[in-house]
Amino acid sequence: MSHAQDLVRFDGVTCRYHSEAVLRGVDLSIEAGAMMGVVGPSGAGKTTLLRTILGSVRPVLGSLRRRDGLRLAYVPQVETVNWSFPVTVGECVLMGRTDGRLLPWASRGERAEAQAVLERLDIGGLAGRHIRELSGGQQQRVFLARALLRSPDLLLLDEPTAGVDARIRHELLHLLGELNREGLTILLTTHDLNGIATHMPSLVCLNRHVVAVGPPVDVLTPATLEQTFGASMDVLVHHGVCIVVDRPHDVALPLPGHVHVLEEAIA
Amino acid sequence: MIEELLQPYQFEFFRNGLAVATIAGALCGLVGVYVVQRGMSYIGHGLSHAIFGGFAASALLGVSVFIGAGIWGIASALAINGVTRRRTIGADAAIGVITTASFALGLALFAIFGRAGQSFDAALFGSILGVSTTDVLTLAAVATFAAAIIFFQYRPLLFTTFDPEVAEASGVRTARVEALLMLVLALTILSTMQVLGVTLVAASIVIPAVVARMLTDSFARMLLLATAIGGTCGLIGMNVSYHANVQSGPTIVLTGAAFFVAVFGWSSVRAALRRRAPVVA
Repeated sequence: MSHAQDLVRFDGVTCRYHSEAVLRGVDLSIEAGAMMGVVGPSGAGKTTLLRTILGSVRPVLGSLRRRDGLRLAYVPQVETVNWSFPVTVGECVLMGRTDGRLLPWASRGERAEAQAVLERLDIGGLAGRHIRELSGGQQQRVFLARALLRSPDLLLLDEPTAGVDARIRHELLHLLGELNREGLTILLTTHDLNGIATHMPSLVCLNRHVVAVGPPVDVLTPATLEQTFGASMDVLVHHGVCIVVDRPHDVALPLPGHVHVLEEAIA
Repeated sequence: MIEELLQPYQFEFFRNGLAVATIAGALCGLVGVYVVQRGMSYIGHGLSHAIFGGFAASALLGVSVFIGAGIWGIASALAINGVTRRRTIGADAAIGVITTASFALGLALFAIFGRAGQSFDAALFGSILGVSTTDVLTLAAVATFAAAIIFFQYRPLLFTTFDPEVAEASGVRTARVEALLMLVLALTILSTMQVLGVTLVAASIVIPAVVARMLTDSFARMLLLATAIGGTCGLIGMNVSYHANVQSGPTIVLTGAAFFVAVFGWSSVRAALRRRAPVVA
């Protein structure tokens, strides 16, 4: 197997936070042109995996290799953003050019590039607005625009659909799919199995270690889900798309049809 | 009336004091934007108190106050920065320990060896007396240096202030940027202490930024506004200081507070009017 196409490669990577292993012996390669979703329960190490790629968390064991000159861009969780910070959409997006020239104001070329990215994401007319004055979907696009202005090879998104509604989720998926087809490699974390994960070309099931890697139809099985989430789930296939459902006997609330059965049982 | 207002301008000490107060106000306003947006107001407050220890020590040892208190201030700034980067100790607690101990040491040194008098009072509350041309030039040099740093490091400073984690991930050397900011803050406090006073310099840093924030949502405009407001407070406060015969620190801070009340009131009224305005489809 050739690794020439790998943008990032984990070899037995273990990371610790305060002596607790958050990632254990992770082997993973992210190939150029891939679009991968990382799924797993809270505390599975999804964000740590991203931070390891970014370099803000260092492995204590194993090695992490990034392709030489790899350009990374990161879209943080919308909930971690300081929305009262005095910054306009234009100013925020131009942070993507922090490694540009020394002068504070943007050059004509930089302004044109920023405007082109904003228009691409359908928020072209909002450059002068404060970031708080936008809708949820627009806010997300501002941070995506900031990342894209870096012209990255690899785009990392941390829980991009946390706290957004179904329509915004669809639009985002569509947009990411488009960017991926144009050659951008994408890695995102999500806890949304049916909204996001099942639509990804490739998935990583993570629970401190890599449980499985592959297309959703291959990795989303009751056995892997049990190993990843520690809960019993069933997988249905509908129009070629997997749908993950909780197994009925694990659901605490009785379904309407079961009510009289319960009543009889009590009597 | 006008003659009376212009009367102090015939004195060289007043003209020097006025220049120093205006530059000091503008410098504090500029640096204050970062202090306020990074939630470092308490660090600014603590640092000014820490520098008082260095001020006392250098005054008693007979070394240049600027150099003695400067070394002390930079050491405190780096110590605070180092301690706050370590997460096991609460940043506010660490700052409280380092700076208050330093302030207490300054008070103790003055009590044991000093003559509580002019310099002690001036250090605490600010004074326009004895501002020499050299003082004006020194402050102007510091202000130019700080402005140059903020100008040429504008992009990394903005990214680090807004979102340090993503800035770091995007290749900004945030630790270096933060250390640079602490250096600028320490130099600002040190060089403006004479006019503003240890106990009041923190307010001069915070107020212009807070007022500017209420007037704009743009970071670049906030920097310009805070600088202008700070400078204006220094200018007005110094004139008031002379005529009211009150130390310069309090009058400059009170001018800033008046700005705050006016802008706060105006923006509250504006918000109330907007809520009342009928919705036009």
